[in-house]
Amino acid sequence: MELFWLAISTIAIGVFGCVAWFWGSNWVLDRILPAKGPNAGDNIRRANQIRPWLFLGPAIVFLGMYLVYPVFDSLWRSLFNSNGTRFVGADNYAWLLSDGKFRESMLNNMLWLLFVPAASTAFGLLAAQLTDRIRWGNIGKSLIFMPMAISFVGAGVIWKFIYEYRASGEAQIGLLNWIVTQMGAEPQIWLSLPFWNNFFLMIVLVWIQTGFAMVILSAALRGIPEETVEAAILDGASPLQVFFKIKVPQIMGTIAVVWTTITIVVLKVFDIVFVMTNGQWGTQVLANLMYDWMFRGTPDYGRGSAIAIVLMILVTPIMVWNIWNARKEVR
Amino acid sequence: MADLKLTGVAKSYGDVQVLSDIDLDIRSGEFIVFVGPSGCGKSTLLRMIAGLERISGGTLDIDGQRMNDIPPSQRGIAMVFQSYALYPHMTVRDNMAFALKIAGQSKDQIREATDRAGKMLQLTPYLDRLPKALSGGQRQRVAIGRAIVRDPKVYLFDEPLSNLDAALRVATRIEIAQLKASMPDRTMIYVTHDQTEAMTLADRIVVLAGGGIAQVGAPLELYERPVNEFVAQFIGSPAMNLLPGRVTSVGPVTTVELDGGLTAQVAIPTRAGDEGMPVNLGVRPEDMRETDGPALFEGKVDLTEALGEVTLLYFGTGDAEVVPIIAKLPGIHPGLNGRTVRLTADPQALHLFHKGESLLYRDGPEGLPPYSPRVAPSGAPGGAAAPAQDVSEQGGTIKPEGPVR
Repeated sequence: MELFWLAISTIAIGVFGCVAWFWGSNWVLDRILPAKGPNAGDNIRRANQIRPWLFLGPAIVFLGMYLVYPVFDSLWRSLFNSNGTRFVGADNYAWLLSDGKFRESMLNNMLWLLFVPAASTAFGLLAAQLTDRIRWGNIGKSLIFMPMAISFVGAGVIWKFIYEYRASGEAQIGLLNWIVTQMGAEPQIWLSLPFWNNFFLMIVLVWIQTGFAMVILSAALRGIPEETVEAAILDGASPLQVFFKIKVPQIMGTIAVVWTTITIVVLKVFDIVFVMTNGQWGTQVLANLMYDWMFRGTPDYGRGSAIAIVLMILVTPIMVWNIWNARKEVR
Repeated sequence: MADLKLTGVAKSYGDVQVLSDIDLDIRSGEFIVFVGPSGCGKSTLLRMIAGLERISGGTLDIDGQRMNDIPPSQRGIAMVFQSYALYPHMTVRDNMAFALKIAGQSKDQIREATDRAGKMLQLTPYLDRLPKALSGGQRQRVAIGRAIVRDPKVYLFDEPLSNLDAALRVATRIEIAQLKASMPDRTMIYVTHDQTEAMTLADRIVVLAGGGIAQVGAPLELYERPVNEFVAQFIGSPAMNLLPGRVTSVGPVTTVELDGGLTAQVAIPTRAGDEGMPVNLGVRPEDMRETDGPALFEGKVDLTEALGEVTLLYFGTGDAEVVPIIAKLPGIHPGLNGRTVRLTADPQALHLFHKGESLLYRDGPEGLPPYSPRVAPSGAPGGAAAPAQDVSEQGGTIKPEGPVR
């Protein structure tokens, strides 16, 4: 109960604080530069120059505190030893290059990067196109979209059950092994199958992201002028040709946005790996590796920060391209 | 060479009947225009011919072949859409080439066809541009070019000029007329709600109303011999005036006593027994002219609209219940507001309707002599024939010397 009241009062203080800030700061501004008297014109002009900053101010301060500062702090820490007492220069980065686990993580991240956005976008596009055509399409859409509402951790747990292994002869409680044994094959420990276990993890993210891709692409498909499709039909295009030569090119911008958005999610992937394999059996990824060095066993802030910086450098260009593309779409 | 034959064609969406019993013969090389009020199904009919809508009943034959279940691309038709429907991601050349590529033509053939269409439509400098870099008129020409390269037997136009501004609309209309003239054996079907387009372009106009065909005929035939009140009021602008009255004497020329007490002579024959029949006398605003002699309408001018070439007089605008009577006088007529005006019209220019149907057609269209347009005497500005005895020179409320310049 105490927690409840704490939560309520936090919300109240937050909301009231915002209102008080915007109202109060504007009130003060209007007092200092009143819109009357001999300098009314100048005052209004100056007040209008200051006013946007009153609104942007809190956001800039908090973003700086929680986003910009940590970036520079991480960069700084990555140049120090494990407990931050000795400056080591680029030693942590040199270590990264020689570390087998890091190379494995990079490689796995690349695999994720290739497979998940491609598969999610392709499935999403397929689902968007097919559900547009049929009567129960909206129900299908809801079902495909639903995994979006599940946290990555929850999804990891669900899929861990699907991959669950029991020794041959025992009752299989994992869906996949049950199917496999029903077909007469031996049950497998899927999550420790070298190389392929990466894909078993990726499927979880594809399962989640397909819904996202579908919703965005479905909206884009509906935005295509119907006449262009009809014109193509009159021109003799088959349904496949209409789809690939008329529809897909017209939503290319949206496809790019969806693809890059999923790419960014993929680069940051952590929870699924953390819950399902914790990076064992050759499934390590950068974010989980960073977590390992940062918080597991004897923490090594230097190496953890170095991995974080690498991750950020990988994400940034894709992010920039994504935002640029999304803005182009809006225009 | 393509004759189109629609037999009992119908369209319904579920229980809603949109079109029914459409019978229409279109000869090869004809320019046919579908007109009608919004929602009359004219676009639907065009889309059924194109194959974009299923035909719910009846048959569509092109060149004697039943087309109901033939896919659109194999019907030998091409369509130009109101919104142009250009493929935004393709250049002008690729837009025109798309159908040919699908059909598997060689690169040289495609190049030649697109070059020719580009030249024909003055699009050569724009062939490598994307549609978004073109003006509305140029886009519409690309859409037409896309149809031309396929060399279809039948061209379908779905309100192709509606998205253009007024000046461009006139220019493109003329281009379409020239295009038709350059391809005399190609059939064109054109949907519009614009009367000017219908009157100027069509060999024959099909007026659609209430889910069926109201009348089919040459533009001037529809104008001068409308089959019913709907067509009479739909063709011509402003719409034909309808004045209620009764037949008082019959014969080759019918005398009608109008509800206000005035009488009119109408050159439409009636037969014995028609006396006392309630009729609506139809008179086009442009056929009305001022008179000091016997008038078929007399009233106080409530409103005038001076357009320079003509002046519109409105009578009875004060009462929202009554459709105002409108007269269209050639030239400029200042100072008519609030005056009482007497108007008459040539007996040949009048129409008689009984229960909404023209008395001209009471024995069916076969009973009529073949149509030939009423020719205005040279020099008459309004287009209406002006018999000499009505041009009275006695002076009065209206200057008899005609329009003030």
